Amino acid sequence: MEDMIFYDRLQFAFTITFHYIFPQLTMGLSLMIVYFKWKFLRTQIEKYNNAAKFFMKIFAINFTMGVVTGIPMEFQFGTNWAKFSELTGGIIGQTLAMEGMFSFFLESSFLALFIFGEKLMGQKLHFLTGFLVFLGSWASGWFILATNAWMQHPVGYEILENGKFVLNNFSDLFTNPWLLPAFLHNQMASVVTSAFVMASIGAFYILRDKHSEYGRLFLKTGVVFGLISSVLVAFPTGDWNAKNVAKYQPGTFAAMEGIFETEEAGAEIVLIGQPNMVEKKLDNKIAVPNILSFLTYQEWHKQIPGMDQFDEDELPDNIPALYYSYHIMVGLGTIFIGVMALALFFLWKDKLYNIKPLLWTIMFLVPFPYIANITGWYTAELGRQPYLVYGLLRTSEGVSPNVSSGNTLFTLLGFVGLYMLLGLLFLILVGKTINQGPTPKSH
Amino acid sequence: MEIFWYSAVGLVLTIFFILDGYDFGAGIIHLFFAKKEKDKEVITKSAGLFWDSNEVWLVAAGGMLFMAFPTFYASVFSGFYLPLIIVLWLIVFRAIGLEFRGQFKFQMWKDIWDKSFGVSSLLLALFFGIALGNIVRGVNLGSVENGVSAHEGHYFFLPLWNSSFSPLSDHPGVIDWFTIIIGLIAVVTLAIHGANWIILKTNSSINNKLKGVIFKLNIVLAALTIISLIVWQWVNPNALDNFIHKPYLLVFPIIYLAGLIGLFFRKKIKKDAHAFMLSTLIIMGGISSSLASIFPVILPSINDVHEHLTIYNTSASEYGLSVALIWGIIGFILLVIYAIVQKRLLGGKIDDMDYGH
Repeated sequence: MEDMIFYDRLQFAFTITFHYIFPQLTMGLSLMIVYFKWKFLRTQIEKYNNAAKFFMKIFAINFTMGVVTGIPMEFQFGTNWAKFSELTGGIIGQTLAMEGMFSFFLESSFLALFIFGEKLMGQKLHFLTGFLVFLGSWASGWFILATNAWMQHPVGYEILENGKFVLNNFSDLFTNPWLLPAFLHNQMASVVTSAFVMASIGAFYILRDKHSEYGRLFLKTGVVFGLISSVLVAFPTGDWNAKNVAKYQPGTFAAMEGIFETEEAGAEIVLIGQPNMVEKKLDNKIAVPNILSFLTYQEWHKQIPGMDQFDEDELPDNIPALYYSYHIMVGLGTIFIGVMALALFFLWKDKLYNIKPLLWTIMFLVPFPYIANITGWYTAELGRQPYLVYGLLRTSEGVSPNVSSGNTLFTLLGFVGLYMLLGLLFLILVGKTINQGPTPKSH
Repeated sequence: MEIFWYSAVGLVLTIFFILDGYDFGAGIIHLFFAKKEKDKEVITKSAGLFWDSNEVWLVAAGGMLFMAFPTFYASVFSGFYLPLIIVLWLIVFRAIGLEFRGQFKFQMWKDIWDKSFGVSSLLLALFFGIALGNIVRGVNLGSVENGVSAHEGHYFFLPLWNSSFSPLSDHPGVIDWFTIIIGLIAVVTLAIHGANWIILKTNSSINNKLKGVIFKLNIVLAALTIISLIVWQWVNPNALDNFIHKPYLLVFPIIYLAGLIGLFFRKKIKKDAHAFMLSTLIIMGGISSSLASIFPVILPSINDVHEHLTIYNTSASEYGLSVALIWGIIGFILLVIYAIVQKRLLGGKIDDMDYGH
């Protein structure tokens, strides 16, 4: 039984990690494309229009990848997590079906119109299609987050005698106190990714002295969006989420912050340290006293329950992975603010385009927002363990009872192989598009 | 309420097979009949421009099924675990075939992705037909062995095949000679549909030849249909009861026959859109007849221990289904509007459209 859950979890983790490389870029990028298109309408400078169209090409490649890796996510609820689907489908089926019907359709139809229809419909309508792509992709995020919020903090349900969860209040699904902070945090984080990607392409063009006019535009736009979103990710949205975890999942909060023992006079914040699960303490710890209590409750001496206050089978089952995911996310987020603030300072001084070390840094920083986004999701998902529906349905109770681990391992290996190929092709295609650049081909 | 959602899911799924069906079919035709580079290119384009907006209907159907019939969703998706995951892989291969073909100019590169597109289209059509065959044949619900169930009565697990390949065994696999026949029907139907699509949307040099191909495939389809009706009686002696007790259900087979017979006159049909409508009728009629034959059952049990899965014992709560009705109707209207707007914009022959980003 243990094995079986292990492969099911690993397959879901692997496929969702790979899938989420793509939507995190498209959600943020759609906002920035709308910005370029709007700027073009205002100024009529062709450069902005070309920038919008160039990034829509990158968007389209990512969208295709998102579709083909996204369909397996929907299927896996049924294939690997049949019991979970059977018991909760009446509730999360609502939000997932709405995602497919409202947002996914909106995004895909208007993406095609944006790419093929510029000449046919004129600039204002073209802007509108871009805006609808943005709306569709953010609505998609909203419905997925609503689904996840219900799993993190179930609302609007009742449980029947046979264990089934049935919906008794539809609007609760969308007024869930978990939803809005999580959505805003997630969307800001996706703007961080797209801003870093844009800045990185800009830095690349400048350093390579190719398409440098666009390089400067991308870098400038990327840095401005990057700094704003990096700050918003941390404060207020990240802060809200941390407070929600402390309030609704206190055991998880202790585990992700690495608090093994409750301190009477207020909790310290851990900066560095490795969880030692045998001795139940952090090795090589560097921590600042009382800060965590202040950040969470604005009281220096507020007591925060440590892991010693909870039963072991109520705590997340992989505490080190949760702790590292959370700290990697926070650490990277802090670095992002620093680098982007520095870049903006030099941009303001009109020197940024000539400071090579900073340009190289920005260029090579591009994988890290992806890592931060994905470790952020790991924090949410590992933190919810050992439950699928927090406090109500354990992960071990949600798995398909009829699918043996041999079959799951077979499909997991297949997904690994296929996604390696897919990743390689994706890089080739994006590389080719970036290399061609935003200048329209002269016919 | 259950009947409404059953019809809604059925409708969205049928629309999916009609829309994505033509690009599957285009892939099958591409595999066997496209020889010149120019033809290969336009046929790929006639699928490539549309596949992703067609596949969103699959996502919508999946989502609706999950919401309205969660127990059925859980049962079928886990029970047909291997074929479903293989279908997912094929969908990926098809998509990369379509999207990557035009990225580089050298022939070897194009050949690889042509095969990827063609073969995965063929296999997908076959698998979808096999899936339908499994639904009408029924499965060993509860994985009963000598009267003892291995799981709860709504779970089962099917291997891809068993050694006898027989639908009459106690533990049929996904693939047996009956489901293969249904699979072939799907392949031939979608090939006809795809050929009609290519003729409608492109100026390929094989358009005239394809009209002859449609005629021949139509003969094969008629033969397969008759064979399937005979063996269906054998696999499930009650297969036609529903049509006898509720004669109005006969409208579905009649739709199927109308399409099938009409297409024998393909060469005489002046408007290509009309021919495309006829193959659309075959798909609509085929799916709806199969589902109607077992209604209100949606997955028959082939043992005596567990009852069939029906739309009533697998559905979500009444409240959930009623709220979803409100957003479902709004959503469906929007879907239809998007689809129409998009088809209008990409109307007419697509030979000269820019594709390949």
